[in-house]
Amino acid sequence: MKKIEAIIQPFKLDDVKEALKSIGIDGMTITEVRGHGRQKGHKEVYRGQEYNVDLLPKVKLEMVVSSSRADDVIKALAGAARTGKIGDGKIFVFDVAEAIRIRNDDRGESAL
Amino acid sequence: MMKHFRKICLLTMFAAPAAVWAQANPDIQTRLAAVESAAKSAQSAGDNAWMLVCSALVLMMTGPGLALFYGGLVRRKNVLSTMMQSFILMAVVTVVWAVVGYSLAFGGSGPFLGDFHFALLNHVGSDPNPDYAPTIPQQTFMIYQLMFAIITPALISGAFAERMKFSAMLLFMVLWGLIVYFPMAHMVWGKGGLLNAALGGKVPTFDFAGGTVVHITSGVSALVCALYMGKRTGFPSDAMKPHNLVISFIGACLLWVGWFGFNAGSALAASGLATSAFVATHFGAAAAALGWVVAEWRHDGKPSVLGAISGAVAGLVAITPASGFVKPFPALAIGFSAGIVCFFMVAHVKKKFKYDDSLDAFGVHGIGGTLGALLTGVFATNQVNDSFKDSAGKLLPLGLVDGHPSQVLNQAIGVAISWVLAIVGTLIVLKICDLLLGVRVRKEQEIQGLDVSLHGEEGYIFES
Repeated sequence: MKKIEAIIQPFKLDDVKEALKSIGIDGMTITEVRGHGRQKGHKEVYRGQEYNVDLLPKVKLEMVVSSSRADDVIKALAGAARTGKIGDGKIFVFDVAEAIRIRNDDRGESAL
Repeated sequence: MMKHFRKICLLTMFAAPAAVWAQANPDIQTRLAAVESAAKSAQSAGDNAWMLVCSALVLMMTGPGLALFYGGLVRRKNVLSTMMQSFILMAVVTVVWAVVGYSLAFGGSGPFLGDFHFALLNHVGSDPNPDYAPTIPQQTFMIYQLMFAIITPALISGAFAERMKFSAMLLFMVLWGLIVYFPMAHMVWGKGGLLNAALGGKVPTFDFAGGTVVHITSGVSALVCALYMGKRTGFPSDAMKPHNLVISFIGACLLWVGWFGFNAGSALAASGLATSAFVATHFGAAAAALGWVVAEWRHDGKPSVLGAISGAVAGLVAITPASGFVKPFPALAIGFSAGIVCFFMVAHVKKKFKYDDSLDAFGVHGIGGTLGALLTGVFATNQVNDSFKDSAGKLLPLGLVDGHPSQVLNQAIGVAISWVLAIVGTLIVLKICDLLLGVRVRKEQEIQGLDVSLHGEEGYIFES
């Protein structure tokens, strides 16, 4: 099993959800986060007082899928989230040791 | 001309015999008296209705107007404490006003301070006070003036926002009223006051609705507070962005509307002068919003919403002393210049001198008020305000445009007295508060935020 963690532009969330749904992924967890990589922030001015805002709003998606499906999911996700500009985000992939469905104690891939 | 001449001939032909006839006929005389008194009470009803509405409008400027405007400009952790500083004054000043405030401002006829004639609101009832407002109950005049006494100290709170102890603020405001506001209100508006232009002042200063009394006193006192209390912890290196410009926007718009009560109401009657002040007020605000935005756009690259609303407030401040004295185009000029000057004050001069006037009470009210008071001496004209006449009933020239340049000097003296009184008075009051209570919260309280550390609550709770 693989955990796929993606940090994307917030306005791309709907496209990404749509793309994942079309390949049969319907479970995910998202968080509104702030951060930046190479993308620079912007300047705000309040009555002449300047502030550099470098932590920008992003959305973090997390999902766990079977190892065989990971590549498809990454491809769909990256394709939907891409604009080609700096700030599109990143995807991180982790190995997952175990998954448990709380409702009935299913374990492993059947818990996904 | 011919028409008037004919009218006069007709009047003299009929009036003289009519008077003789009326004297001989007591029934006609009583009916004439009844008509006269009906006309008088109709005027009183109209004026009183207008002045009660104006009183409510001026209260609306403090709460919610100023409370929202200032509340949005602070950080989220201090929104309630900032709003509370405005709101609690609606309660505290009201009590002080009833006990001695009104009397110290409008009782007696001394040059510097009133007396105790109206203390505990004795002698203040439904009969008019002919010295101030002959067509409305004195109680209306009293409650209207109270609303000014409430908003003036509330304006100062912008300078010490986010770091003053609540207890010290309460004491500060009571003492400040006694030492600064009531004397200043008496000097400018009270009978026999040193600067009163209408009721026998030695240095007649024109201040229609409070450029000196309200805005210079509060703005200059704000600067003194900011310097005395020191900067907020982390200023200016930490980000201290306004946490909610949307509520500041609503507050500023309420201030604009409420200001019609403030300025037009200062005519103390539903008169043509009230209309003229209303028009000047609106034009001043509009031009100042443009002035600030233009200056900011050129200087900082973008026209901001905060800039537009700050400009409007600066214009309203500057037009306040002039509103019952100037025509619409000078009002535009006063507003536009106030927008530009106040922008440079808060955006650039403040940065240079590195004081932390958190919400720019000095830059907007102190500077805008000073500019407006001086320009009133330039643009005041008897074509707008015909209440100043010589003993023969001829209209006196008012400002520079009327050919009375020395009025500018009078205005400057009025401005100087307000500055000195505000500086000295505020220093004394701060010193007393500091000795008795300490004026500043502890550093950890400041970091936690005054809402939780002083009031035990939060402004925004999204989980519940």
